[in-house]
Amino acid sequence: MRISTISEFSGFRTLREESLFRFFWLRFRKHSMALVGTTIITIIIFMVAFAPLLTPYDAFKQDLKHRLQAPSAEHWMGTDDLGRDLWTRILYGGRISLSVGLTAMAISIIFGSLIGLTSGYYGGWVDSILMRITEIFLSIPRLFVLIAMGMFLRSLDLPSLQAGSFLPISIVIGALSWMGTARLVRASTLELRDREFVQASRALGAHDARTLFQHIFPNVASPIIVSATLGLAGAIISESGLSYLGFGVQLPTPTWGNMLSNTQNQMLTAPWTAIFPGLMIFIVVIAINYLGDGLRDALDPRHIVGKK
Amino acid sequence: MITYLLRRLLQSLLTLLVISMILFGLISSVPGGIMSAYQENPDFTPEDLARLEAKYGLNDPAPVRYLKWLGNSLQGDFGNSFTSKRPALLEIADRLPNTMLLMGVTLIATLLIAIPLGILSALKQYTWFDHISTTIAFAGQSLPVFWFGLLLIIIFAVTLKGADGRPWLPGSGMATLGKPFSLVDRIEHLILPVSMLAFVSAAGYMRYLRSSMLDVIHEDYVRTARAKGLRERVVIYRHALRNALIPLVTLIGLDLPSLFGGALFTETIFAWPGIGRLYFTAALKTDYPVVMAVLIIYSALIILSNLLVDVVYAALDPRIRLS
Repeated sequence: MRISTISEFSGFRTLREESLFRFFWLRFRKHSMALVGTTIITIIIFMVAFAPLLTPYDAFKQDLKHRLQAPSAEHWMGTDDLGRDLWTRILYGGRISLSVGLTAMAISIIFGSLIGLTSGYYGGWVDSILMRITEIFLSIPRLFVLIAMGMFLRSLDLPSLQAGSFLPISIVIGALSWMGTARLVRASTLELRDREFVQASRALGAHDARTLFQHIFPNVASPIIVSATLGLAGAIISESGLSYLGFGVQLPTPTWGNMLSNTQNQMLTAPWTAIFPGLMIFIVVIAINYLGDGLRDALDPRHIVGKK
Repeated sequence: MITYLLRRLLQSLLTLLVISMILFGLISSVPGGIMSAYQENPDFTPEDLARLEAKYGLNDPAPVRYLKWLGNSLQGDFGNSFTSKRPALLEIADRLPNTMLLMGVTLIATLLIAIPLGILSALKQYTWFDHISTTIAFAGQSLPVFWFGLLLIIIFAVTLKGADGRPWLPGSGMATLGKPFSLVDRIEHLILPVSMLAFVSAAGYMRYLRSSMLDVIHEDYVRTARAKGLRERVVIYRHALRNALIPLVTLIGLDLPSLFGGALFTETIFAWPGIGRLYFTAALKTDYPVVMAVLIIYSALIILSNLLVDVVYAALDPRIRLS
C-alpha cells in the first residue's frame, strides 16, 4: 500500500509517495523507549530459541548433591531446590512462557476481531446479542474464573497437560481476554460501515466477507495491532500468575511463573531462585508495554509525535 | 431515569443468571469434590458411596442440580463447604472483614499516592519530575504483582534486620502469634501487603489522572478562566482539577468489587486470611460450594458497580444523559 505524505525537502514542500511502512517507521523511531523495548524482546526471543547453544545443562535433570547453590561461575544464576541450573530453566521456561503469551494473544485477537467486525458491520440483533455476550464476559472476576478453569483443566487429566503442554492454558487465557479487542473493533467498524468505499464495495456486488476483510479490516488494523501488543504482555502476566498458583503449566515443565511457585519456602536460604524468574517476566513485560506505547504513538494518526 | 434504572437492573439480573449457569456447568463438572474424601476411605463400600452420591444428588442430571443450587442460593444457602462442613456463606462472612480492611487501606493509600503525583506530573509535563514518575508508573504496571510481593518479603521480612536481630517487618499473617491484639501490631502486618498492592494500583491511577488532567488543561473553559485574569492556583484547583477528577469516579467505582476479592496473590503470599486465600484453598481442594459462592457474589458486585458508575457519572457530568 502507498501513502501520500507531504514531506519537507530542502525547504520545499513536496508531495511524495512513501510506503506505509516507511511512514510508520519515521514515527515509530522517535519513541526511543519503544526501540529499546523492541531490541530487548528480539534478544530474548533469540536467547530462548537457541537455548541449547547457550547452556551445557539439562533443564530437567536433577542433581540433588548441588541443590540450592548460590550463583557462581558454573551456575551463574545458581541452582534450584532439585539441583537444576536456574539459567537453563529460565531459557527453556521462556520458550513456554512466550509461547503461551503468543498463542493466548492470537486466540483473543482473532476471536475479538471476528466478534467486533460482525457486531459492528451487521448491527441490529446480531450486535445486541454479541455485545450482551461480551458484557457477560466482562462481568466475571477474571483471575478467579481463570483459577476455576485451571482447576477444571487439572481435573480432566489430559495427557497433554501432564506432559506440560502450553496449549490448554493458552486457550483458557485467550478465551477470557478478547472482550477489549471486540469492543474496540466494533467501534471502528461502526464508523466505517457507512463510508463511501464500503458502500462502493457493496454496490459492486462484493460478498460481505470480502467487504469486511478486504476493505474494512485493513482500516481497523492499527487498533488491533496495539491491543495485540498489550494483550501479549497481559497474557504473559496471566500465565505466570496462574502457573505460580499451580493452576497453569504443570511442573516439571518450567515456565517463568511456575519456577516461582515453591520459592517462598527457600527465600531465606536461596533468594536467587525467587529473583531471577520474576525479573525475566518483568523485563519482557515492560519491554512489550513500551513497544505497544510506541506502536500506539506511531499508528494513531490523531496522536502528534513530538517530544516525549 | 426510573425506567432506565429498572431496565438496567433487569438486564443485570439476566446477566448474572447466565453467568451462574456457565460457572455452575464448569465447576460442577469437576470430578472429585465431596466424594474424593470418601473414595479414599477403605471403610466405605461401593454401596455406601452410591448411597452418598444419591444423598448429595450427584446423580441428578446437570440442569436439575443447577436448579436445586439456584433455588437454595436464592434463599441465601450456597451449600456447606466440603472441607469445613460449615455454610459457604459463613466462611465468606468470616473472611470478609479481613479483606475489606486490607483493600480499604490499600484504596486510601493508592489515592493518596496517585492523585498528587498524577496532577503534578500533568502540570509539569515533560519535566524531569514527570519523566521519573511516569517511568516508575509504567514499571509498576508491568510488574508481576506476586513477584513484587516476594521481593518485598525478601527485603523487608528476611534480609533487613533490626538491632534485636528481628526482621524489620512481619511477612505473614495478620497478627503476631501469641501476642494480644494491638493496633501497632496490626499496622505492622498491613505495611508490606498494602505497599505491594498500592504501588501497583497507584501506577494505573496515576497515569490515568495525568492524561485526564492534561485533557482538561487544554479545554476552552480553562483558557477562559486564565483569560479573565484568575490566579493560576484558582484556575488549576477550582476549574481544572474538579473536572479532571470526574473520571476518577469510574476508576474507584470499578475498583469497588475488589474490596471483596481483589487481593488473591497478596493474601496467598502474605498468608492474610481473606476471601482471596479462601477461594484459592477452596479451588485447590475442589470445594465447589465455596468456589461457586465466591464467584457469584463477586460477579454480582462487578455488575452492580458497573451500574453504579454509570449512574454516578451521569449525575456528575451533565453532558451525559442516561437513556
